[in-house]
Amino acid sequence: MATIHVDGNDYEVEDSDNLLHACLSLGLDIPYFCWHPAMGSVGACRQCAVKQYKDADDTRGMLVMSCMAPVKDDAYISIDDEEAKAFRETVVEWLMVNHPHDCPVCEEGGHCHLQDMTVMTGHDRRRYRFKKRTHRNQYLGPFVAHEMNRCITCYRCVRFYQDYAGGEDLGAFGAHDNVYFGRYEEGTLESEFSGNLTEVCPTGVFTDQTHSDHYTRKWDLQFAPSICHQCASGCNISPGERYGDIRRIENRYNGDVNRYFLCDRGRFGYGYVNRKDRPTRPELFQRSQRGVAAQGVTLMEIDEALDRAADALRGAKRLIGIGSPRASLESNHRLRELVGAECFSTGIEAGEFERLQRMQALNRDSGVATPSLREIEACDAVLVLGEDLLQSAARLALSVRQAVRGKGVELGAERGIPEWNAEAVKTIAQDAAHPLFLATPEATKLDAIATRTRRAAPDDIARLGFAVAHALDPTAPAVEGLDDATQTLVGEIADALLAAERPLVIAGEALASLAVIEAAGNVARALARRQKAGAGLTLVRREANSVGLGLLGGESLDWALAQLEQGEADGVVILENDLYARLPAAKIDAALDRASALVVIDHQRTATWEQADIGLPAGTFAESDGTLVSLEGRAQRFYQVFDPSYLRPDTRIRESWRWLHALQATLERQPMTTILFDDLTEAVAGAAAVFAPLHHAMPEAQFRIHGLKLAREPHRYSGRTAMRANLDVNEPRAPVDLDTPFAFSMEGYAGYREPRREVPFAWAPGWNSPQAWNKFQDEVGGHLRAGDPGIRLFQDAGAGEASYCDAIPAAFAARDGEWQMIALPQLFGGDETSRRAEPIQARMAPPAVTLNDADAEALGIAADDPVTVSFGDTRITLPARLGRDLPRGLVALPQGTLEPLVGALPATLGWGRVALDTAAADGEAQA
Amino acid sequence: MSRILQPASERRAETHPLTWRLHDDASPVLFAEYRDTGGYAAVTKALEQHTYESLTTEVKGANLRGRGGAGFSAGMKWSLTAKGDDVPRGYIVCNADEMEPGTFKDRLLMEQQPHLLIEGMILAGYANRSKQGYIFLRGEYHRAAASILRALDDARADGWLGSDVRGSGWDFDIALHTGAGRYICGEETALINSLEGKRANPRAKPPFPGQSGAWGLPTVVNNVETLCNVPGIVNHGADWFQALSGERSSDGGTKLYGASGKVLRPGLWELPMGTTGRELFELAGGMRDGLTLKSWLPGGGSTGFLLPEHLDLALDFDTIGKTGSRLGTGLITVVADDQSMVSLTRNLEEFFARESCGWCTPCRDGLPWSVKLLRALEAGTGEPGDIELLEQMARDLGPGKTFCAHAPGAAMPLSSAIHYFRDEFERGITRPRGEAHADPIPVGSI
Repeated sequence: MATIHVDGNDYEVEDSDNLLHACLSLGLDIPYFCWHPAMGSVGACRQCAVKQYKDADDTRGMLVMSCMAPVKDDAYISIDDEEAKAFRETVVEWLMVNHPHDCPVCEEGGHCHLQDMTVMTGHDRRRYRFKKRTHRNQYLGPFVAHEMNRCITCYRCVRFYQDYAGGEDLGAFGAHDNVYFGRYEEGTLESEFSGNLTEVCPTGVFTDQTHSDHYTRKWDLQFAPSICHQCASGCNISPGERYGDIRRIENRYNGDVNRYFLCDRGRFGYGYVNRKDRPTRPELFQRSQRGVAAQGVTLMEIDEALDRAADALRGAKRLIGIGSPRASLESNHRLRELVGAECFSTGIEAGEFERLQRMQALNRDSGVATPSLREIEACDAVLVLGEDLLQSAARLALSVRQAVRGKGVELGAERGIPEWNAEAVKTIAQDAAHPLFLATPEATKLDAIATRTRRAAPDDIARLGFAVAHALDPTAPAVEGLDDATQTLVGEIADALLAAERPLVIAGEALASLAVIEAAGNVARALARRQKAGAGLTLVRREANSVGLGLLGGESLDWALAQLEQGEADGVVILENDLYARLPAAKIDAALDRASALVVIDHQRTATWEQADIGLPAGTFAESDGTLVSLEGRAQRFYQVFDPSYLRPDTRIRESWRWLHALQATLERQPMTTILFDDLTEAVAGAAAVFAPLHHAMPEAQFRIHGLKLAREPHRYSGRTAMRANLDVNEPRAPVDLDTPFAFSMEGYAGYREPRREVPFAWAPGWNSPQAWNKFQDEVGGHLRAGDPGIRLFQDAGAGEASYCDAIPAAFAARDGEWQMIALPQLFGGDETSRRAEPIQARMAPPAVTLNDADAEALGIAADDPVTVSFGDTRITLPARLGRDLPRGLVALPQGTLEPLVGALPATLGWGRVALDTAAADGEAQA
Repeated sequence: MSRILQPASERRAETHPLTWRLHDDASPVLFAEYRDTGGYAAVTKALEQHTYESLTTEVKGANLRGRGGAGFSAGMKWSLTAKGDDVPRGYIVCNADEMEPGTFKDRLLMEQQPHLLIEGMILAGYANRSKQGYIFLRGEYHRAAASILRALDDARADGWLGSDVRGSGWDFDIALHTGAGRYICGEETALINSLEGKRANPRAKPPFPGQSGAWGLPTVVNNVETLCNVPGIVNHGADWFQALSGERSSDGGTKLYGASGKVLRPGLWELPMGTTGRELFELAGGMRDGLTLKSWLPGGGSTGFLLPEHLDLALDFDTIGKTGSRLGTGLITVVADDQSMVSLTRNLEEFFARESCGWCTPCRDGLPWSVKLLRALEAGTGEPGDIELLEQMARDLGPGKTFCAHAPGAAMPLSSAIHYFRDEFERGITRPRGEAHADPIPVGSI
């Protein structure tokens, strides 16, 4: 700690900080642009100048850039000094020389850091009277819009895009006052994290294109604290709504998890909430028999729907429920209550469920805890088995990247260069990196920063992992028959993990291989036995609440289908789950055909919905409250953003758990009672010991600050009295939220001084941009003052005494005329909901079949040739993609983007055949 | 082609260590001649008699101040460079990106006597335990490039470069890198970035290049003339070097001085450090065409204008520094009374604005604005307040306020021109549009 004297006041600050960081953390305002809490200082913009004095007697002092000035004990500085103020005003005046001053038509307006800083410095008169320099803009794809004329050349975009996120197709071009940030030619930004440009850019150069398509100012949006539902990472988001549509998703700061950054799937994948074809009224399907298209659909009122659903279900001799890993704990729990624990299926395919439970067990007893995303950034050696993280949990990949870069920070520290001195650290780091080992079947974009990569079939990846475990701890089972190259690699990996203080092992669901997970488990256990107290084990699950469902427990989807098919059960309630996306249609049809009553609760018109007798329209994350458990075991609450029926009175969308509660009451002929979300959470918390922390995890509905509910809308929210005038000139009372402490209103507490964990939108006086998070943090870039949202449900991984797994698979051997089929996760299109969003669809790679180029050559297949792949009952023709990296004997198919074409792939693809589709090829040739 | 204007008969090894071998016809001194006239003897001596530490101490003792313009002690720089058995061997880089307006001295040395530079670099490489040398040459210097390439080949063929230099067991080689034409590459860290293939932006310091320079390794960047002084120091010792300037200056050695502008005989002279401006001015034959001296720049475009009354000052780093200007490269640019200070300043600022790397705000956005104001004053469309705005900008482009020394350098001629010749700037405001400089100085006369 150090004492600094700022304008006559004394403060205790961290001596490892720079002055800007320290002052902002104290709540003192200094304007800045190029500095970013996650990216450090570079001293480019010169905006954060303050006066520094030699000692208490020095009256002249000299200007320093506070971002580049290390905190020194007993330092005297002044922010209010006239010379410093004048210089800062000059700097912003310079920055604005070529700025178009187009705030009224600029989409950044209202959450613009440049606006905030310009006001903060007091620059309000323009002296520049000459012609402005102009730029041409580029098309950068469906996510990010480009308006270079607004650029103030702070270099944050390229520093984020290249240095932080590893992108290569956005750069700085030109020089002097003609620096251009863009691509070398127009085209879609390739990075999986391009959306963060909209937040790191302090002005309106990079804005959210999806927001642009239905633009609303930030102050006119209604927000709620929410959790991204598009993968298991558990990123915190702030969705903004206007007129019943989600207009944009902004990052919500969580100092343990995503901090400042989201992936593009999470940020731009919200379109499914706004789909016009979503069910909004209960639907009654008339059909002669199941399996054929409904002859008619009747829209119903809620009471009728409940009565009919209850009647239908009562007619069934046994009722089962199929839950969903994309639905909240509360909804799943409510379904389980409705049907009984023994009749509840998690809705997860059996193999995946087995792996999920195995991962759960490893989290409990491997002896190695699961690090948070932020903790991953501090890991100093990483082994990834099987996962292409950029596809399966992209935000996690970004954290791994920071872990690798951590080596440079270490080298800098050795030479007295603090972490925040970003360019200096880069100079020292050069290509230095913490070791990263990637074992995947296909090339990945993380390969560029990997120490070693290994391309192998799933079983060989598992064998590599098992062998590493053995190399770490000889009591772990050995792997026989490894070649010398692999043995060398194993030794190198083991040495790197042992040399590290915080080694991390990552595996997961990507390859649908239990052996890979077990191998990671053995490595973790071996690390535990080698007393690596800082070691981490991250197991990637597929969906937003996979972990929650694993903890809640239940039967597999296959069990549920068998129950129906065998006539053990004939009534079924399906919650937010498209079964056809999980198992092949034939299997689903065979089961559903035998159901006498089929009630589907969902917010999307899925193939399963189309099979229902009665469909009940559910709320998405934007219209519901609920809890998800992320892959690190963090239970996090998402809050309803808006009440859909306020603006659309015809809608009957309700939270799934509310439907289920009402359905149970109707079914049991009980009087309808009000259900409150807190009661539901209590019930979940009481359902199993692991859920007990949920009791006090989140603020209850009665939580108030200064007696106020918390506002979902900024205090400048406009037009509320008019927004419903097309329906009725009388303004009804605003919707009342009994379930949460938030109000559907600008009335309520929206400040930052009182600690709170759940923040719908970041705003503080003078701070309208995402940089307002500074005001909510214990120190900038640190944790929220009230604690980061969410609570870890499991952290203790035992002492690692459980025995090693010895089910080591045999080495993969390519077969003659047969190929092992694997389905690989896809960031864009890989999850059930976001692939319904148009911008995501625009980024989906067209499905293709990937095979090794030598295999292809042997089969006479060239790139883009139509290739027919057949396995099990599935047969599909796709263009060929030749992968130099994919091992011979394997064929890779895309997970997620293929399903709309052929329905779900079998759980285990197994072995199949590949052939050039000569008919199609001939047809093409003739065409 | 730049020329030394002292005839060969006047140049002697003991008094003109940089230029005594140069031919009157400006043809290059080739390897054989160089070697036969004592060339590379300093390398032999160093390899036999010096450790890298003692060599550094020798150069430090000579008080050889950086001839690129900043005047930082070369020996000090070397002594601050990380070296030792546990430090990886780094680089010695010759800053040959001579782009300072009005400066053409390094060009002479490289075109006509590249072996002196190579010898200096070998010595610097030895003193700093470098594994490799790079000559970062201004791209337009194609004659120098050809000359250097031939010299490198010849030196390598004779064992002065490459593995096991002259049987000493020490490996060292030099490569030529020609720049793509950016003034900022003369800033040593921008030069290193450019050498690495990156944008030529200056780097944050610390770390200084001596700790973490090119490709993260210890790197010494020295100017051509600085390095050319090293063989003499090694051959004759620090005291000899110090004595070259006699009583004229506390800085040792000779200096390759020059003059350009409206003088009778523009060119280069090797003179003792601390020679006065007047001596140099007179060597250049004084003003031509009956013109009168109005002002002069002591050492390139990034130094401040001085007046005729300053001519009697010694041209060394400290003396000129006291005037508020800088010695810079020591090649004076002479301004006659028929030249417009506004136009001249505008021309210089256009150069500096164009050559800004675009990294920091004052330089990137302040300099172009100053150019536009100067153009307005030049065109007689200046407005009241413009001069004060220019003065404010010159202050806000000053040291400590910008990321590197580029903008402070650019601010020097601007602030000094306004300081000494404010009336010329004021005419841009008071006169009717378009007639600002009609009398007595024609617009655009630079």
